[in-house]
Amino acid sequence: MALWLRAVFVWFAFLSGINSGMALADSIREFETPSQKVRYEQLIQSLRCPKCQNQSLADSDSAIATDLRDQVYRMITSNKSNTDIEDYMVARYGEFVLYKPVFESHTFFLWAAPLLFLSVGAIVFILVLRAQRKITETEF
Amino acid sequence: MIPELAHFSLILAMCFAVLGFLVPVIGVYQRDRVLARLSLPLTYLTGVFTFLAFLGLCYSFSVDDFSVLYIAENSSQLLPLWFKISAVWGGHEGSLLLWVLILSGWNCYVAFRSHALYEDFRGILLSVLSLISSGFLSFLLFTSSPFVRLLPNSPQIGGDLNPLLQDFGLIIHPPMLYMGYVGFSVPFAFAIAALITGKMDAQWARWVRPWVNFAWAFLTLGIALGSWWAYYELGWGGWWFWDPVENASFMPWLAGTALLHSLAVSEKRGLFKSWTLLLAIFTFALSFLGTFLVRSGVLTSVHSFASDPTRGTYVLTMLLIIVGGGLLLFAMRASSIRNTSYFDIFGKESWLLLNNILLITLTLIVFVGTLSPLVLEAMGSGRVSVGPPYFNLVFNPVACLLIFFMGIGPISRWQSTKPKYLLRVTWFPFILALFIATACFQFLLFEWLAFFAFTIALWVLIMAIRDLLGKAVTKDTTVFTRMRKLPKSRYGMHIAHIGVVISLIGVVLVSINSEERFVRLHVGESASVKNYQFTLSDMAVSREANFVSQKAEFNVTNNDVALGVMYPEKRYYQTRGQVMTEAALSTGFTRDLYIALGERYDDDSWSVKIYVKSFVRWIWLGALVMMFGGILAALDKRYKPRGEIE
Repeated sequence: MALWLRAVFVWFAFLSGINSGMALADSIREFETPSQKVRYEQLIQSLRCPKCQNQSLADSDSAIATDLRDQVYRMITSNKSNTDIEDYMVARYGEFVLYKPVFESHTFFLWAAPLLFLSVGAIVFILVLRAQRKITETEF
Repeated sequence: MIPELAHFSLILAMCFAVLGFLVPVIGVYQRDRVLARLSLPLTYLTGVFTFLAFLGLCYSFSVDDFSVLYIAENSSQLLPLWFKISAVWGGHEGSLLLWVLILSGWNCYVAFRSHALYEDFRGILLSVLSLISSGFLSFLLFTSSPFVRLLPNSPQIGGDLNPLLQDFGLIIHPPMLYMGYVGFSVPFAFAIAALITGKMDAQWARWVRPWVNFAWAFLTLGIALGSWWAYYELGWGGWWFWDPVENASFMPWLAGTALLHSLAVSEKRGLFKSWTLLLAIFTFALSFLGTFLVRSGVLTSVHSFASDPTRGTYVLTMLLIIVGGGLLLFAMRASSIRNTSYFDIFGKESWLLLNNILLITLTLIVFVGTLSPLVLEAMGSGRVSVGPPYFNLVFNPVACLLIFFMGIGPISRWQSTKPKYLLRVTWFPFILALFIATACFQFLLFEWLAFFAFTIALWVLIMAIRDLLGKAVTKDTTVFTRMRKLPKSRYGMHIAHIGVVISLIGVVLVSINSEERFVRLHVGESASVKNYQFTLSDMAVSREANFVSQKAEFNVTNNDVALGVMYPEKRYYQTRGQVMTEAALSTGFTRDLYIALGERYDDDSWSVKIYVKSFVRWIWLGALVMMFGGILAALDKRYKPRGEIE
């Protein structure tokens, strides 16, 4: 019985613990326009929580993700653009927070690779077909 | 005593595995039939002793022997029995033991089914499999033995199983996934045996295909289970996160799918032979790489629960030795393998070639996306994340293209198809699909890629049904006799393709037709999402065996029709001090209702996430259908063993 009571106590202590710091943090967001709401949702999906294993701001329950969601919300309601918000996040936490990597010299290969693979694939396809045509002409 | 016996039995298993590698090799080399034939009992012995070791660990878990370090870390008395057993594979050491068990189990089954094989071939096949076994067994024994004792100061209570893993999905997810991973070692061994003996013909392909199908089917199921588990257990309502661990299992799946199709060409037409061998090696390498990525902890992921950098080195070394050896052999011997026919641009071969090219492109995209953060960090370019926005942009269009060709491939003919025939057969289904899709999108949010994918999915579906009907309806016999006579592999193919269609429809609809709301509720208040109303009617605290639960009660109505009650929970696991969100799900064929409980505010209100997920079940339903198709195709009578590989 004692264990039971203690467990419940710990449970509530825990709950009050996580709530004290961010009581109103996640109240429902009010936006002036629907497009702001859409932008907010897209942004928190595509920004990575800097401290979590691998979760977006939208998915994480951690304190820092909650704070950053607030920050995104504040910046959107004060009419900052998506680029402003992303720049702000990158300035603080590095490129790590962007789930969509930037297109710069060091990420060039990452972005060029899919096109490269597709073109190599296309060339291989053409070459194989050509070789086949040659076989058809000579042997059969 | 039991853990020591189990440990000893594992050591014996490793000895037999090493012998199982060496003896047949010597036997084949010295043309000694007796030695070569010893590969059979040695394979069985490895299997038996691995099984005994596994049984020993299960027993120790069931009696709460906390003097064993691994059990003390991953179990507790409070766990129900079935979780104690599944806790066996809840951590790194145990899951590796399960892996080895499944590997040696597969090997035994291969040995059991190998009696029709040419003897040298069988010797080499089983020897390669034993080599893989001995690699993993030594990895297990030298770097991560689950039988290490905590004596004399053994703890009285266990550290408990990670609450995320205390779940039905996690009992069956790892075994299925491992069946898939491990299953691809069989085609690898077949490929090596073919390269060494130089026997790579239609008979060989018929031998390998069922093994590939089964491995692929299990991997499909394993991935689907992992996705399903993440969906309801992680509490975010997503079903695929492009997380490195997910990608690690997705890469062998993509390569394995390519292998399935390339094998079809090798069997039916004697083409793409060396390519098939190379694919078999690569698929296995990617399974290996998946293990390395997950086990070494080089990637940050939400799914990985046990990782250690030193172990990574071991796996990487094994990968280099086994796969590198395979590739070297391929480089030396592949030129001796000759293709035996030809085809033109509209032949089925060329669609399958396209299928392979696109699947490999997809594999490479996932590969680059998964590994470039690692490479960039190692090069000093800082930490970069590659997540869903990247993959959605580059992966999805290529995948759509691939599925587009899925409509044409199956109905075209080997060697050469008349373009007129292709046009005649495809135009009407395409118009029909376009028409249905347009009709459906009157009720949906319009988005180009979604519309395109939806249309293609319908088109492929119509083409598959059309092909089966066209084959079944003939003048001379009744439909049913004719349907019985159609080969199982044909049904299997179409069913697997329809599975892809079902998944694709699910993916499209869940992404454009779902709705989510993040609300703050007091008891008695309600929120509505789409046309569903959710009323928070009660909050209660209760105590269960190994956790305390905060349970909310929601009454759900759909336009004033009562649908029932849902109970989202927050659980506090006291042994580990961990809080878990247990989402409440109301599943349905066309929609899932999903409630996840957030935090409590000072004024006793709660933050709640509510989702209405449109057609999300279809994603996993499709995977099940794919698996069924794969298995059905493997049961085709032309794969029944008869005669030797000559």
